[in-house]
Amino acid sequence: MSGAGRIERRFAALKAEGRGALVTFVTAGDPDHETSRALLAGLPGAGADIVELGMPFSDPMADGPAIQKASLRALAAGASLARTLELARAFRDSDSDTPLVLMGYFNPIYSYGAEGFVRDAAAAGVDGMIVVDLPPEEDDELRPAAEAAGLSFVRLATPTSDAGRLPTILRSASGFIYYVSILGITGTRSAGEDTVRDAVARLRAGTDLPLVVGFGIKTPEQAGAISRIADGAVIGSAIVDRITAGLDAKGRPDASMVADVLGFVSELADGVRGRG
Amino acid sequence: MTQVNTFRGGPDERGHFGLFGGRYVAETLMPMILELEKAYNAAKADPAFTSEYDDYLKHYVGRPSPLFYAQRLTEHLGGAKIYFKRDELNHTGSHKINNCLGQILVARRMGKKRIIAETGAGQHGVAAATVCALFGLPCVVYMGSKDIERQAPNVFRMKLLGAEVVAVESGSKSLKDAMNEALRDWVATVEETFYIIGTAAGPHPYPAMVRDFQSIIGRETREQIMEAEGRLPDTLVACIGGGSNALGLFHPFLDDTAVAIHGVEAAGLGLDTDKHAASLTGGRPGVLHGNRTYLLQTDDGQIQEAHSISAGLDYPGIGPEHSWLHDIGRVKYVSATDKAALEAFQLCSRLEGIIPALEPAHALAHVIEIAPDLPKDHILVLNMCGRGDKDIFTVADHLKVTL
Repeated sequence: MSGAGRIERRFAALKAEGRGALVTFVTAGDPDHETSRALLAGLPGAGADIVELGMPFSDPMADGPAIQKASLRALAAGASLARTLELARAFRDSDSDTPLVLMGYFNPIYSYGAEGFVRDAAAAGVDGMIVVDLPPEEDDELRPAAEAAGLSFVRLATPTSDAGRLPTILRSASGFIYYVSILGITGTRSAGEDTVRDAVARLRAGTDLPLVVGFGIKTPEQAGAISRIADGAVIGSAIVDRITAGLDAKGRPDASMVADVLGFVSELADGVRGRG
Repeated sequence: MTQVNTFRGGPDERGHFGLFGGRYVAETLMPMILELEKAYNAAKADPAFTSEYDDYLKHYVGRPSPLFYAQRLTEHLGGAKIYFKRDELNHTGSHKINNCLGQILVARRMGKKRIIAETGAGQHGVAAATVCALFGLPCVVYMGSKDIERQAPNVFRMKLLGAEVVAVESGSKSLKDAMNEALRDWVATVEETFYIIGTAAGPHPYPAMVRDFQSIIGRETREQIMEAEGRLPDTLVACIGGGSNALGLFHPFLDDTAVAIHGVEAAGLGLDTDKHAASLTGGRPGVLHGNRTYLLQTDDGQIQEAHSISAGLDYPGIGPEHSWLHDIGRVKYVSATDKAALEAFQLCSRLEGIIPALEPAHALAHVIEIAPDLPKDHILVLNMCGRGDKDIFTVADHLKVTL
């Protein structure tokens, strides 16, 4: 099944179910390859509807401390883009329906080679990508190749995306739109529901793509509220914080870490299913 | 060398110098970057802006900076006739003020109320804090905690000038990480904040804008050398971290192809070690901090830590226009080690009574290497882009002197 197909199918199914998506983010290889693989494998069962997998980068300029540290932990444990694609393939072997979207920065992709990356990601069962520092003005080396391979090119829209800017963003997006609900980096402030509601209405006027909202969503209640306003809620730093909490002084996961993290994801899933 | 009509025409309308440059930033920043480009183009075309800028350069910075014939160094080396372009005499002690003044005037035109900056050696931080004091704007300077330690006098100067200095503890705790933190601040405060980038790097239009503000160095040099020698120099030499002082000197001469141009990167403990900051010699093209340029990086595209005795050169990248000039062969890029820079630092102090910053001491180390083999009528201009007061503790430490 092509990537676009898997994402479309998932949003269509959720629409029929009458709820929004729980989109979970973890960094590939955090805290180590094997633990990361176990976490990923458990996410759909815990209630994640879409899985975002962070591609570790040494200089994650748009991320707050939690995800910065996750990236550095993964790199210290031997993560690389090739290893991230191995995790993607392992995830796809364990789950054929849940969309998998890679998220990260351009340099590791550029270094890997954009064409090769797109080919290998598609072969690994990846459905789309979000490249934070690749705006429409610079995406000609990656987006056409990605879309030709059936991979969605998910774009970020932000509070600064005004009427003059928005068409440029929406024109170059596929799969879904990820609305960054605050000015700032990941894992910091949270936007108010009214603010998000206004933004979602503004975006809906310009696109038929599903809209997910992220940055600053930390609790099952917030996830539930946002997923009812938009087509989905993204939770990243709050999950990564649970990973961090389950590490000992040497950075090794304790015995219950994976279960604790997946337990938190279940609570988030209850939130978006109105069972909180 | 590649044949082009002009070496001074870049960047193109998308901010690219050939393969390099561009606008690789988070979407939150894109509207601001596009607005800045418009505001800068409008300012450039406005005679009132230029005359205000020139007036501050003259009466506040103290321009033009002299072009000085370094007679004793020339005699000591026994070859090329060596001139220093003395930008270390500027107010605040380096070329950085040329750029900060220009950018804060653009910020004022845009109605921005808060300034942020990154700094390595602290020279850019001091210059940014200075212009913020001059215009009464709040200033936050991001500085790696490793650099705060080795540049204590500049940290105190920034504080005296009213700036808040934020210690950056992430990554390698030096310039690249300070720039990451400044970008993180900017994403959260973009509506009221202007980011004064200190070197000719970052997303378009910064590389071109910073170069333009620094080109006063080269334009003055042209006039001054014509007056002193009646002809253009044979060789220009400048040190390169991000490369703003170098581009400032080089750019007005790029189309004078008889003028040889040398950029000197920091070779740290040596190019054969992993402790250097020579992005062009030891790196390959990549994307960081808003532009594509040569970067020190792993096979996986992770950015590596740079090393140099000079905090101002301790950066794993380089301005994109330098990457282009390197690839087309117009500028020759070489390097100098920590050790050679330290020796040049001492030699210049003793022979000329000028204590250079460790940054131009790298350029000087290259001059010491090439000047003896050049004929006596070979005119060489070195950009003395900063003074060494800030470096005396670092140098004393390396010379095992307790102050």
